[in-house]
Amino acid sequence: MVAAVPLLFASLGELVSEQAGVLNVGLEGYMLFGAFLAFVVAYNTGSEMLGMLAGIVAGAGGAAIMALLCVRMNLDQIVVGIAIILLAEGATSLLHDAAYAESRPSLDAPSELAIPLLKEIPILGESLFTQNVIVYAGIALAFAVGWMLHRSSAGLSVRAAGERPEALDAAGVSVVATRVWATLFAGGLAGLGGAYLAIVSAGSFTPFITQGSGFIAIVIAMLSRGRTSWTIVGSVLFGLSLSIATALQLIGVEIQTDYVQMLPFIVVIVVLVLFARRSYLPSALALPYVRGEK
Amino acid sequence: MLKASLTAIVPILLALGCMGILLAVLGREPFTFYADMFQRGLFEWEGFQESIIRSAPLLLIAAGLIVAFRANLWNLGGDGQFLLGAALTAGFAPSLLDSLGVWPMLIATTLIAALIGAAWTIIPAVLRGRYGVNEIVTTLMMSFIGIGVANVLVKGPFRTDVAGVARTDVVPFDERFPLLFGTRIHLGFVIGVVAILAVHLLMTRTSLGLRLRILGASPRAALHAGLNPVRLTVIAFMLSGAMIGLSGAVEILGVQGSFRADFDPAYGLLVIPLVFLARLNAIGSLVLVIVFSVIQIGGESAAREAEITSDVLLVLVGLILVFMAVIEYFRVNRGLGTAFVPPEVADRIRPPGGDSPSGSGPAIGTGEVMPR
Repeated sequence: MVAAVPLLFASLGELVSEQAGVLNVGLEGYMLFGAFLAFVVAYNTGSEMLGMLAGIVAGAGGAAIMALLCVRMNLDQIVVGIAIILLAEGATSLLHDAAYAESRPSLDAPSELAIPLLKEIPILGESLFTQNVIVYAGIALAFAVGWMLHRSSAGLSVRAAGERPEALDAAGVSVVATRVWATLFAGGLAGLGGAYLAIVSAGSFTPFITQGSGFIAIVIAMLSRGRTSWTIVGSVLFGLSLSIATALQLIGVEIQTDYVQMLPFIVVIVVLVLFARRSYLPSALALPYVRGEK
Repeated sequence: MLKASLTAIVPILLALGCMGILLAVLGREPFTFYADMFQRGLFEWEGFQESIIRSAPLLLIAAGLIVAFRANLWNLGGDGQFLLGAALTAGFAPSLLDSLGVWPMLIATTLIAALIGAAWTIIPAVLRGRYGVNEIVTTLMMSFIGIGVANVLVKGPFRTDVAGVARTDVVPFDERFPLLFGTRIHLGFVIGVVAILAVHLLMTRTSLGLRLRILGASPRAALHAGLNPVRLTVIAFMLSGAMIGLSGAVEILGVQGSFRADFDPAYGLLVIPLVFLARLNAIGSLVLVIVFSVIQIGGESAAREAEITSDVLLVLVGLILVFMAVIEYFRVNRGLGTAFVPPEVADRIRPPGGDSPSGSGPAIGTGEVMPR
């Protein structure tokens, strides 16, 4: 479950961004930025909240690069995305090494909030409903985002930016601005996901801590077909397969970690093969919008 | 040609400059760093040989990437293909060596590596060709799976009885790729260069190359010209995968001799900026890969000297990519020259045949169209 949370945040953000037509290949990079800065801030201030906020800022910062280069300057989204990942991996590893190579610090145990009644449910209750505040916020956020996308005019603008930017432009709304906000949103949430990973899940930062979560999040966003309920399902599913190793060990089953680590990716491929025809992507995805061009 | 090389150099210089600033901020001496880097990578004979040796697998990867990218197919599964090729090579080499002898073993293992690399691209290729499923995602997923499978193989069936970290049996030094002319450079480098030249010829002089480029420019145009996008996609992907798988074999048979568990130099992603910098031109890539190998070998050594993680080179590569993209923006905007990719691939401004029946664009789901 814990593993699902970073995926949930990152894929939610990516969902919005993709609906607006921006494919954040660099999502992994935003998460890394977020994880690192969150850790640094949380470690130095002792405050989880500040750490989470820092994560959002860092992720959004990474996304700002994307927004500038791809949305404003119309550079290729995939190339820039790869660049961001490389930069993020290198920079966070570098900075971590420079600052913490000797000390290898870690954070204290994260705070938890238990929901009174639901906690009493036998077996699952204790673990499912005693989570860090952020988790509850995340689930609420998922519903909020879903509502926003499909029932508000802001959401309409977002979806139009991805589906038919010309129409949005004709309606007088700035396509570039919409996409920039969507990208920053994706970055911020991905950063938050990374922050959760560092602060709650792992308790410290190690280079390359995200281990491909960013890419899984992209897939979840693609498979969600615009509906956030699927995003939640997808995140839980993949989160489960990510953390199944520890779960199995608790039960006493010994499976080599490599098999288990492969599991989420195999699940993705299987899902894609089965549902290839149904993956929903906006038509103008990853295509730069230049006003007036045919 | 000269102008092209100049524009390729500028992003590298900018990136180096930027990294110098970063180094200074971190309290390291940038000039010493760069001096060490070039000293080791280029000016020392030992170091230069290392650089050439390092470039061998990278050249093959570059060749593989070019074939795919020019057809507008994003093969991001390089790491998985590389490691699988390496793992199978390392796994089969010792036993093949015993039963067949050196040269048959070398030929057999390189073939096996190429085959597994190609096979690993089939699923993403078919998904993309027939159903329009985004190949970025599928190749990446296959890559992660491939890394896992490679490790499972090395820790399991291919493992040799040695205490400590799992690895395969070491192929004795004398039975690996032969060395050239008394240097320490091995045959793999020649293979790499040949591959690059072959890809260049393929792309520029053969009809297959032309067909692939048309596919890259516009799948609709391809259809109109009577080409079969599905078949071309699979061919492109398999060629790409085969070469990258081969690079894994080169790494084992030329350098490592065995496959240690959890070995993953992640070359796949690193070479991408280089081929783009060379505008997907094979000859240009040849030069840039060697330049980069010098930087990498020298950089690793300089990083050790400066007591900094060698991941700093990741930052460098990322910066190169960014600067390259930005410079291209200015060049295109000021009408100074051509886009950094061949005009075919640059035409992605237009929807990539979204309404073509062969499914080369994404499938449209329930009609979520803006009401008017």
